[in-house]
Amino acid sequence: MDRTQSQGRPPARRRTTPWADTLFSVLAHAAAWLTLALLAGIIVSLIIGATPAIKQYGLGFLWSSDWDPVQNKYGGLVMIYGTLMTSLIALVIAVPVSFGIALFLTELSPAWLKRPLGTAIELLAAIPSIVYGMWGLLVFSPLLSEYVQQPLQSLFRGVPYVGALFTGPPVGIGLLSAGIILAIMIIPFIASVMRDVFDVTPALLKESAYGLGSTTWEVMFKVVLPYTKTGVVGGVMLGLGRALGETMAVTFVIGNQNQLNSASLFEAANSITSALANEFAEASEGLHQASLIYLGLVLFFITFVVLACSKLLLAQLKKGEGARA
Amino acid sequence: MNTVTTTAAGPQNSALYAARVGKYARRKRVNAIALTLSLAAMAFGLVWLVWILVETVRLGLGGLTLSLFTEMTPPPQAETGGLANAIFGSVTMVTLATLLGTPIGILAGIYLAEYGQKTWLGSVTRFINDILLAAPSIVIGLFIYSVVVARMKSFSGWAGVLALALIVIPVVIRTTENMLALIPNALREAAYALGTPKWKVIMTVTLKSARAGVLTGILLALARIAGETAPLLFTALSNQFWTSDLASPMASLPVTIFKFAMSPYENWQKLAWAGVFLITIGVLVLNILARTFLRNRH
Repeated sequence: MDRTQSQGRPPARRRTTPWADTLFSVLAHAAAWLTLALLAGIIVSLIIGATPAIKQYGLGFLWSSDWDPVQNKYGGLVMIYGTLMTSLIALVIAVPVSFGIALFLTELSPAWLKRPLGTAIELLAAIPSIVYGMWGLLVFSPLLSEYVQQPLQSLFRGVPYVGALFTGPPVGIGLLSAGIILAIMIIPFIASVMRDVFDVTPALLKESAYGLGSTTWEVMFKVVLPYTKTGVVGGVMLGLGRALGETMAVTFVIGNQNQLNSASLFEAANSITSALANEFAEASEGLHQASLIYLGLVLFFITFVVLACSKLLLAQLKKGEGARA
Repeated sequence: MNTVTTTAAGPQNSALYAARVGKYARRKRVNAIALTLSLAAMAFGLVWLVWILVETVRLGLGGLTLSLFTEMTPPPQAETGGLANAIFGSVTMVTLATLLGTPIGILAGIYLAEYGQKTWLGSVTRFINDILLAAPSIVIGLFIYSVVVARMKSFSGWAGVLALALIVIPVVIRTTENMLALIPNALREAAYALGTPKWKVIMTVTLKSARAGVLTGILLALARIAGETAPLLFTALSNQFWTSDLASPMASLPVTIFKFAMSPYENWQKLAWAGVFLITIGVLVLNILARTFLRNRH
């Protein structure tokens, strides 16, 4: 009699568990929602903070180069130019180097060296940006000035157009040194994505090319690279996103000058991030602060688009892989 | 045999043959150049690492004295002084931020790996998280400034903790999800078959098997925020004096380095190099620890 009754429902002890299960599930869901709320919160708070400046200047803010806290007039062109230009220089240097490193790690390196070399390159990404900044300002810039800027200046003095690229005080601080340091900082990100996507290229494909008599370079350039091009572009975009948002390293070496009076690569300039780092804590509430937040909003928008593209491209490669396998 | 065919083919074919040999030689040359450049690229990457580390040790080791850890940050051109308040502030804020961010990160990671693999919320969260992972950290500082600092009307250690915690969360989510995804499904199914409820399966089976990986994620997050400067600039600000009150502005190692390195005073710059040395060593040790830890367990 007792037995049949207890068979009808589950043992008493288990009745507590559905409650704990629900709680845990709710917590996990809440944490995921929190991540989404975080992004929404960032966007909303930036828009609210920037509202006075948006009302005052509208989109004209983006192509006005007046930045004058004394007269309370603001335009973001100088900083936006600085951010884009330094990132462009960084990409021009970092992309070929990263490709070389990925090629070395996947095709040339002896197996026992792959891991330590890969780790060493990844450690470049681990070094805090403030260390890059201080090293760049006090160690790298003087050398850049002495061995690169001054020889270039004397070589191209008086040459039209090209000469203008290298003018400026010989201190080694400016767009170029910021770009070079950014390049060093993003190489590990681009190189590790490239290495990973090169590694997923089917061995069959590579071996077929080798079997037809291709050289290593031809296999890489004509077989592996076309196969992985979306992934490679995704990796480059990831590096670009990093370069655009980097703050401290750039702040140290860009010179922090809110004027744009020459095309020189050695002229002191400013970027969105370093303007924020230098001015925000001291900015008076009102239009100055709002304009800085507006700059932050522009930066967030650009990096968001770049990173989203990167993510979509990398996801596409993964999908294609599944379809082909 | 060979000679016969060559002579029989005539001058036309031998020209073709020469062209082929030439083309082959060119291809080999291009290959050699490309591979040499690839080697050079590898060397290029390593040179910077070695150079930065060597300079950091060379310039930082000199300032590494006992007073660095016992004395407060000095005024410019003082004879003595250390970084005690900055080190304390950094350790406090980094610890609290990790304690705050880790549980949220792990829970969201669990959600992604165990609950929402195929749902829209799962894919959206994963996408957003990857963007937050690489988003400019200075924007996080702006966010906390407008949400916390502007409301409280004062810079505070808590604001710094919050800003750093927001950087911890995406790192931990990413590693937790990846590590949980590596646990074979058979393990989960075996536990379910024994009648274990889901939360217990996660806590005692999957999360437990993945704990080395999850811990690695926490170490990496620690290494990341230990060197973060930008989000602290206008949240925790800085402080010349010792404070353990998180409601007031708080000094941190990176912000102090920033201030000291940009100054023209020699004693400040020397302290900044010592601080850079401390941070670099700390971050590299954490990174290497995380890597070896992960390798030994898997």
